[in-house]
Amino acid sequence: MIAALICVISVAALLQFFVSYSRSVIAAYQKSELSEQVREVARIEGQQVRSEQFGQLVQLVRLCPQKSDDQGDLAVVRIYYGMMGWLGALARSVAPGVCKWAERERVNCTYFAAVALDRRIAYSRALLAQQMSEH
Amino acid sequence: MLGPLDYGFSILSLMIEAYVVVCLCVSKNYLRYLSLNIYMLAAVGVTIGQDVALLHFGVSSQVYGYVYYYTDALLTISLFFVIMGFYQQVFHQMGVGKYVRWASILLLSATALFSYLVVRRMPSHHLTNRFVVEMSQNLYFVGVVLTYLLWGAVVKLRETRTRLIQLVLALGIFFSSEAAGYALRNLFPGLEANFLKWVPPIAGTFLPLAWAYTFTRIPEQARLETARVARVPAQQLTAHQHS
Repeated sequence: MIAALICVISVAALLQFFVSYSRSVIAAYQKSELSEQVREVARIEGQQVRSEQFGQLVQLVRLCPQKSDDQGDLAVVRIYYGMMGWLGALARSVAPGVCKWAERERVNCTYFAAVALDRRIAYSRALLAQQMSEH
Repeated sequence: MLGPLDYGFSILSLMIEAYVVVCLCVSKNYLRYLSLNIYMLAAVGVTIGQDVALLHFGVSSQVYGYVYYYTDALLTISLFFVIMGFYQQVFHQMGVGKYVRWASILLLSATALFSYLVVRRMPSHHLTNRFVVEMSQNLYFVGVVLTYLLWGAVVKLRETRTRLIQLVLALGIFFSSEAAGYALRNLFPGLEANFLKWVPPIAGTFLPLAWAYTFTRIPEQARLETARVARVPAQQLTAHQHS
């Protein structure tokens, strides 16, 4: 009985901590504005992104040379995006409010991926420029 | 028999724990996160000690069992002091450091008493699987409660230090996954061989990794709006309706 109670409380706490942790990671990227380059590459109109673009943006991020400081963030946000998709699908008919919230979170995840792509493109360009100047 | 993945997790966590200590020393933050540093050094010592016991006595020996579970329990207790260090940082401006110190002494006494009662309750003082699982489950659950209260204080006091927020949340993920893992082992012992045995190494690697990441990536002066991180759907929807 005690073990079952501990299990339920711990899983609930784990979910809450994970959601907050992921949001703290995403929040750090939301201050950045998307450049013209990334909007062109990913076909983004204005500063708005759609949640369905997440997969495509992650694929583009993978094509760029790895920037060592965003790998962990990307892994956390990918799990969070999947979790929100699952939550949204579950809550669609039962709790439309939660479904809307999950969708907003997925949009935030997509914006995160767009900023990550933007940074990687800038990093690639800097790398290329450095190589050009060396030769 | 341990596989390459077990050794991989062990070596990886050892390297990251050492990295965190070096990272804090280089950035001259050793004293600010003193309890965290002591914990990390202890974790390095424990990992080496466990590996030595493993090589000398084998994974199925009772000596290795004792070394593994008791050092793990001691490490968990030392993590409580890390939480107390975070409490002290959160309540620093309120000048309640004295109360936090008293609370940590009380907590240590309560944990020691609790552990003594658990050991006394056992019919014999042999290390049994059920005993260690129950003991670890309870210790980790105390950690979950303490971290949850700390997170509540962070949100209530509108703490904005990104570093502190991420350190606390990573600790929360570690404690709750370990407590859930041990509780599930207690409820369904059959799940241990295939699935639950991976929870401690994954959580044990995640915590130093997340902390290393925070100390490397997040500068001390970085700030974050706590409300953006902590708002749950119901609160967000209410705010949306009002606006």
